[in-house]
Order: sequence, then structure tokens, then C-alpha cells
Amino acid sequence: MQETPLHDAHARLGAKLIEFGGWHMPVQYGSILAEVRCVRERSGLFDLSHMGRFRITGAEAVAFVDRVATCFCAKIPRHAIRYGLLCREDGNPIDDVLVYRDEGAIFIVVNAANTQADLDWLRRHASDFDITIEDQTRELAMLALQGPASQAILQKLVEGRDLAEIGYYKFDFGRVCELDGVRISRTGYTGEDGFEVYIPADEAERVWNALLVAGKAEGLAPIGLAARDTLRLEAGMPLYGHEIDAEHNPIEAGLGFGVSFKEEKGDWIGREALAAIKAHPSRKLVGITTDGKRVPRQGYSLLRDGRVVGHVCSGAVSPTVGKHIGSAYLPLELARPGETVDMDIRGKLQTCTVVDLPFYSRTR
Amino acid sequence: MRPDDRKYMESHEWAKLDGETVLIGITDFAVDELSNGNEGDLVYCDLPEVGRQLEQGETFGEIESVKAVSDLNTPVLGEVVEVNNEIEEHLEILAQDPWRKGWLIRVKPASKNLDHLLDAEAYEALIAAKAQ
Repeated sequence: MQETPLHDAHARLGAKLIEFGGWHMPVQYGSILAEVRCVRERSGLFDLSHMGRFRITGAEAVAFVDRVATCFCAKIPRHAIRYGLLCREDGNPIDDVLVYRDEGAIFIVVNAANTQADLDWLRRHASDFDITIEDQTRELAMLALQGPASQAILQKLVEGRDLAEIGYYKFDFGRVCELDGVRISRTGYTGEDGFEVYIPADEAERVWNALLVAGKAEGLAPIGLAARDTLRLEAGMPLYGHEIDAEHNPIEAGLGFGVSFKEEKGDWIGREALAAIKAHPSRKLVGITTDGKRVPRQGYSLLRDGRVVGHVCSGAVSPTVGKHIGSAYLPLELARPGETVDMDIRGKLQTCTVVDLPFYSRTR
Repeated sequence: MRPDDRKYMESHEWAKLDGETVLIGITDFAVDELSNGNEGDLVYCDLPEVGRQLEQGETFGEIESVKAVSDLNTPVLGEVVEVNNEIEEHLEILAQDPWRKGWLIRVKPASKNLDHLLDAEAYEALIAAKAQ
């Protein structure tokens, strides 16, 4: 198992550490539900250093990314970020990613569990392009601040840059904790306002501690992966291996905003297959809520009139929604808000109601 | 040291002879694994009906926390004669007192011999090994 530069800091904070994607990561520091509430009401600090990060340089970097990723890379403005996926010819994803348009380079953030598979895939398709792919995962720590107080907290440690000028899904480089050239993006996986910052690994612990001190008055707390999973599900965001995987494509997952069929982008891996699915989808990813006591969990069958119509992709106790929630693919005719299905937990059935994703949006 | 008036399973259930019946519950270790010391993170407990016949090693129920579901395994063969209904509405009892008030089911066993289970010392050793 790999350890992030913040491993010892987590242990000192009393975190329960588990194996996740090949890394020893904090799953919770205290109560998971309290951590979720902390992010929604104040701000939470996350160690995301396990996530894979690649830098692609060279004359054909943009053209390469436009070939392997679903988003329209050439159209991403300088210092903007777009969500996309790396797909196979059959249209099913290898991973979902964030693509950063640097000056003369493309920076890609990927899921920890898929880092090696993504790197292998990118390298496999790199031979036709004049590019270099650099894996920066180990040299850069990645921290996130998420929640309404995040900007106020981070600003205390940022010199010469007004964070209000960095818009949603934009990034810039600034001076953070006396470190120059730190990448700061207004991105996140919680549905709250917040930032992600990329710190040289050997400075990570100092910055982590400085953030906790700076955020004390605002009630900043460290947040583990369990709460992170609940937050992203509440916000209707997919997790690879749950809503999307080798058998679940981005179109039926409702991620069409990250898939560009524009002619100008040129052909890309999976285009034809996804265009066909877009023309004739057979299922749709929806949210489910339940008033019952059992929590939806990945793999539970969903029935209608005694027949299996789908399975739960993710589930959580949601302090924000006030009931248990989940995600699932259902046939189109059942994938409508208000429809009900029965969740099967070892033979016992519990009624679930279909709702549109997301369950929670801060702009509503 | 955990109570030595009862026996234990590797899956963290305990069994205590009480007259002609056996009381069954789960240990503090199991509760902690599920809830990490946060009683509010315990969400649900599914217990069997009175009268259910249990085979040894069978799953007699489930306990659910915010992050996981755990099986409840039966240490003995027998018939469920009583169920602690208070638990379902007050899961925090499991965190506060898993040894007495936190009993889950009472079974009339086919045999009162619990030698096949771990004694307190063996269970402590098991826990210590897990901590490494």
C-alpha cells in the first residue's frame, strides 16, 4: 500500500485508515455524518494525494487528448477545466477525469484506483503523437477545501491573489503558504463551493497544518473518504466502479455534458459507440430515496412486480436529504420521478422512490 | 479484559449461558468496527422472529452502520425464544453496553456445551492479533 505525504498527520488526528485504490487513506476521523454536515455547513479539508495526476506536453498534446478523452480539449480556454472520460472503442469508460488547460500543457487528474490503467492506456495510444506523458502523482500532494467557508479560509494563506477572481472550473497559479506557483482550482467533488490545491509533496504537511489552524475559527475539520462518498452521491456525481465502469457508459449515466460529438473535435475512441447509445439509450441513471430503515448498497436488486429491473450502484445515509439515498440504472419507462421499485435485501423488500439527480444542489 | 462469564466467536459474537437458554450479542470490538466510536453511525439492526430455528454458524440477522452491513452469526444451534426489541429503536445501547443491556437474542440451545467457542483469553488474543 502507498502512503500519501499526509499519512502520519491522519494517524495523529486519530483517523481510521483503510486500503483504498492501493493507498492507505483516512476513511473517517470521527462521525461520518458529522463530517458530511461540517462540509455542508462550514468547510472540510481533504487529502486527495492518492489521485493520479499526469502532465502531457509536446506539440500534439491537445490533439492527443482530443483523441483519447470525450471532452473537447481544443475548446477548453486557457486556465479552465473540463470533465471528461477516457473510453474504449465500445464506449465504456476506463476512467472519468478532469482536464486542465495549462499554457503549453494539459494536466489530467484521474481516480487513484485507475492511475496505472490510465497511464497504460494513454501510453498505448501515444505512439502516433508528438507528446510526452509525465506521471506527477508522487511529487505533488493534493488537498481540497470544500464548503461555504472555504474561500475565506484559503484566502488567509494566499498572497497577492484574490480567490474571488478564480471562477468555477477555472484555475490559476498563486503563492500559497509562501510557496510560489501553486496550482489552485475551484473544483470539487461535494457540490459545495471549494478549492483544490496542488502542493509539492515535501511541503504538504506544513500546508495541511496551516490550513487547519487558519480554518479553526470557521470550524474547519478534516474529512475522510466515507463522508466524501456521501457528499458526492448527494451532489449526483458518479464514482468509477459504481455509476460508470466497463459496462456502464457515460451517456446512460447522464454525463453527456462531458462528451462532445462536435465535428471539429475529430474522431475519438468510443465516439461511434456512444453516438449509437445516445440515439437509442435503453436505461437511465436515477436517484432513489427510501423512507425505510435499510440503506441502499451497491449490488442490491431492485424489483418491480417481482421482476428484477435494476441494481443499486451506490447508497448512503444522507444527513442532507434526511433519508437514505442511492443511485441505480432503470429501464427508461421506470426512470421517472415518482416511480417506485422494491429494493431486495436478502429477500426482504423495501420501497424506494425514483428521483432526479442530484439530491442536493447549492444553487437550488 | 473482556467478560470471562461467556464465550466468543471469531466473528465477534458472544454467547452466555443463562439458565436453560443462551444469550447472544456482539462485542465492543464489533460495535467499534461498525461505528468507529460514533453511536450515531449505527443505523439498523435486523433480528429474527421468535420461534426461528437456527443452525450453527447461520446468519441470524444483520447490523447496519453508515458505512457497512455486518452479518450476525449464531454460535449455537437452537430456537430463538426471545428477541431484544428495544435494540431496534435504541441502537446506541450497543455502543454503551454491549455486554448486558445490548443482548440481541435468546436461544434455547440443542446443547448447553459451548466448548467449540473461544474463551475470553483466546478472544483477546484474536483482537490483539488484528490490531497488528
